[in-house]
Amino acid sequence: MATARMNTHRIAIVGAGPAGVRCAETLVAAGFRPILIDENRRDGGQIYRRQPEGFTRSYATLYGTEADKARALHDSFDRLRPQIDYRPDTLVWNLTPGQLCCVSQGVHSTVEYDALILCTGATDRLMPVEGWQLGGTYSLGGAQIALKAQAVSIGHRVVFMGSGPLLYLVASQYVKAGASVAAVLDTSPLGHRLKALPKLMARPGLLFTGLKLLAQLYRAKIPVHLGISPLGVLGEASRGVSGVRVRRANGETLTVACDALALGYHLRPETQLADLAGCRLRFDEASSQWWLDTDAEGRTSVSGVYAAGDGAKVRGADAAEHAGRLVAMALLRDLQQPVEATHLADQQRALKVMDAFRLGLAEAFPWPAEQAGALPDEAIVCRCEMISAGELRRTVSEKGACEVNRAKAFSRVGMGRCQGRYCSQAGAEVIAAAAGIPVQEVGRQRGQAPVKPLSMLTREVTP
Amino acid sequence: MTVQRADVVIVGGGLMGSATAFFLRQRGQSVILLERDQVGQYASGVNFGNVRRQGRFLGQLELANRSWALWKRLPELIDDDLEFIASGHMRVCYREDEIAELQAYAAAPEAAQLDLQIYRGADLHERFPFLGKDVKGGSYAPHDGHANPRLAAPAFARAARRLGARIEERTEVAEVHKSGDGFGVTTTDGRQFSAAQLLITAGAWGEKLSAQFGEPVPLETNGPQMAVTEPVPYALPTVIGVYTKIPEEVIYFRQIPRGNIIIGGGYRSKPDMLNRRAYVEPRSILNQLEQMRRLVPGIDNLNIIRVWSGIEGYLSDALPVMGRSGNVDGLFYAFGFSGHGFQLGPGVGDVMAELISTGSTSTSIEPFSIRRFASSAEQRSKAS
Amino acid sequence: MNARFVRLAEQGRPVVRLKVDGEPIEALQGDTLMVALLTHGPALRQSEFDPGSRAGFCLMGACQDCWVWTRGGERLRACSNEVREGLDIITRQPEAIWPLRG
Repeated sequence: MATARMNTHRIAIVGAGPAGVRCAETLVAAGFRPILIDENRRDGGQIYRRQPEGFTRSYATLYGTEADKARALHDSFDRLRPQIDYRPDTLVWNLTPGQLCCVSQGVHSTVEYDALILCTGATDRLMPVEGWQLGGTYSLGGAQIALKAQAVSIGHRVVFMGSGPLLYLVASQYVKAGASVAAVLDTSPLGHRLKALPKLMARPGLLFTGLKLLAQLYRAKIPVHLGISPLGVLGEASRGVSGVRVRRANGETLTVACDALALGYHLRPETQLADLAGCRLRFDEASSQWWLDTDAEGRTSVSGVYAAGDGAKVRGADAAEHAGRLVAMALLRDLQQPVEATHLADQQRALKVMDAFRLGLAEAFPWPAEQAGALPDEAIVCRCEMISAGELRRTVSEKGACEVNRAKAFSRVGMGRCQGRYCSQAGAEVIAAAAGIPVQEVGRQRGQAPVKPLSMLTREVTP
Repeated sequence: MTVQRADVVIVGGGLMGSATAFFLRQRGQSVILLERDQVGQYASGVNFGNVRRQGRFLGQLELANRSWALWKRLPELIDDDLEFIASGHMRVCYREDEIAELQAYAAAPEAAQLDLQIYRGADLHERFPFLGKDVKGGSYAPHDGHANPRLAAPAFARAARRLGARIEERTEVAEVHKSGDGFGVTTTDGRQFSAAQLLITAGAWGEKLSAQFGEPVPLETNGPQMAVTEPVPYALPTVIGVYTKIPEEVIYFRQIPRGNIIIGGGYRSKPDMLNRRAYVEPRSILNQLEQMRRLVPGIDNLNIIRVWSGIEGYLSDALPVMGRSGNVDGLFYAFGFSGHGFQLGPGVGDVMAELISTGSTSTSIEPFSIRRFASSAEQRSKAS
Repeated sequence: MNARFVRLAEQGRPVVRLKVDGEPIEALQGDTLMVALLTHGPALRQSEFDPGSRAGFCLMGACQDCWVWTRGGERLRACSNEVREGLDIITRQPEAIWPLRG
């Protein structure tokens, strides 16, 4: 157990999803009282987002195959809550060494820390489609939140498009909830999945779940097309989405009528705070995106700053729980605190399996980089600022901008409210294709404060 | 390895360097510009974007006026308007006694071309109804305005290139020296350049080079503190800045037609010169929010979506170093514009090109001579 | 009614009354502003840079697509704010009014 002196070591955890909760739990068991800062009003993060008070659906209805894990996490947090300093509805909008800048309900405050553990999670990863700015286009995660947290479908007739396990999970959740699903359109061809099978066998349970979801969709007679290429989201300005057009694997054009599209290609990590803290990022070849550069236990390149979960490396919610425990143990060891050896080994072993599995996922459901080069010039890359692929390409050809931040300065891609979350990666692919260089060389958008938009009402309240 | 020669080598690809390269080419001089990173990456690209004459040191207005005439002609000169809008600029104050200071400036003969108009009280609040009630008076410059700093230096560099200038990015100078009646420059990738004349427009790094030629100057580096809001309906065309002696109150903002409001000022940060990065301090942001709430009360519902900083060079007297070297024939300087260089850019380029190619310039730049630091430098070296 | 979102369950919640573009609507307690607006109409706001309108995107407070105005000039992110009795939301911000409040 921690000594009294150690108990004054200030530990701040950012994020109350699976990684943050398991991390806090492990530290509490070792005698610490961490501060847990949560942007949301309730714990759970995204995949285990809790429904609002007054909602009555069961865990089985809400979380399906993940119900047990969701309940276990929520119960853990409820037990944990009195033993931590929990700050919900609080955004960490900036930081300086040893100090977090927080805002809650328009009031700014600071949180001093000796150790910082970033468990900031992920968002959907998007590749633009021509027309995706039309009202009625949502991310896959957004479609799932609509159902889970608000008991609504995003439309009267929904198309699910993209790739990754989430595509099938959300589509089948919609079917089970009684929504009308028009089609599931997967950019990844069957061949990729077959090739990835050996790696996916690392977690046979998950593989089986995936097949179950597919079976559910077939039983409900939902058309599922693999190996499609998105051609466009159809509709017009005032009414929004009216359909989706794709090219099927056999070359034929397919148009599906719908009034809502849920689009996504797995996840991208929220690394802005880590970036502001000066942590190094590393390009992950398998998923073709920039991850936090941490050691196997979650130490970043900055002393005193740790990270776990999808906000560091996208490996899913199960991995996030293990990584949360592991990073807490890394911190404990760094503080010369005892750590249970078998517990540590369990997390490490579990994560090894998940590392192998996620490589399989990346192979089975690859990020469709080639779509970027194929985007028509008129297709919008940056939804916030309405910047087209053609405008972005012109900054390469006419202004020699072959790097993301430079191209952003000239084209405005990434200058909008979303701060590059939904456009910057695809923008980098467009630049790479136009400049004929590997996407890694194009770099990544530099993180800047505020991490999310900061109201001009924000003030420090003098005590 | 062959030595690459030109009439003029320019070290530093910010706005001053690329504008001078352009105007030198117009005058038929061959030019090689060497930029360590990318053109316009530092002070030139991150500043507020004020195309402002009022408020300058009166001895700088002649240069500013020359520059202003060029701003109007940018589309015909460099085929790019840099999003320049002559929207008018207001310097406002919170104290009655400061209005007299604004009036004194407006009455100065050097400021005649600016057509400054003083507003106060009810007239001011009628003309500018969005200003907070603490604003007591202001000086309005109808011909001043703003432009997009991120575009400026790159646009000048492209125009210079179209005229035949050689612009070498990602090219770091390792060493410069006087050789014969010219200059030799070696870059870190081993290339060699030579020219009869050398211009240092290396911004915050200018002092490193001037010191090598025996002309150290008291330059310090600062990071401007910039913030921008989400786009909101275009309602504030005038650039507004606060005239005050209290540093935290010195903020300024401009709204662009797309709707974003860019805010600057209040504090400065110390850049990380090792990694060539600068940051915005949280206290700067909070201060700007507070100051903006006072200046434009209606703004308090908007959101800041991004902040940025950069690296600027400031001389101890807040005036640039510009003109001939005091020691070395054929050596010229234009750096250290102390956070107010943007509007001067085209003018500096034009003046330096004139000076370098003809031997003199019709515009007064004597107050910016590097020689003004010479005696104190001599005293320092005598004392040491 | 050209509503965008479709309620699938949880409809037995207390009613909350608010206004959208001057028209009274009924939402349910626990609804986000986004759900309240989109169960009655197709959009949340006008786009700034294209002729269309926006209806949100990520629902997790990341995309910043779903900001709405109140008649009093407040900015609210529709996906992360719950409905409150008496809210007066507008989906179309008239030019030049916003700096003149207060």
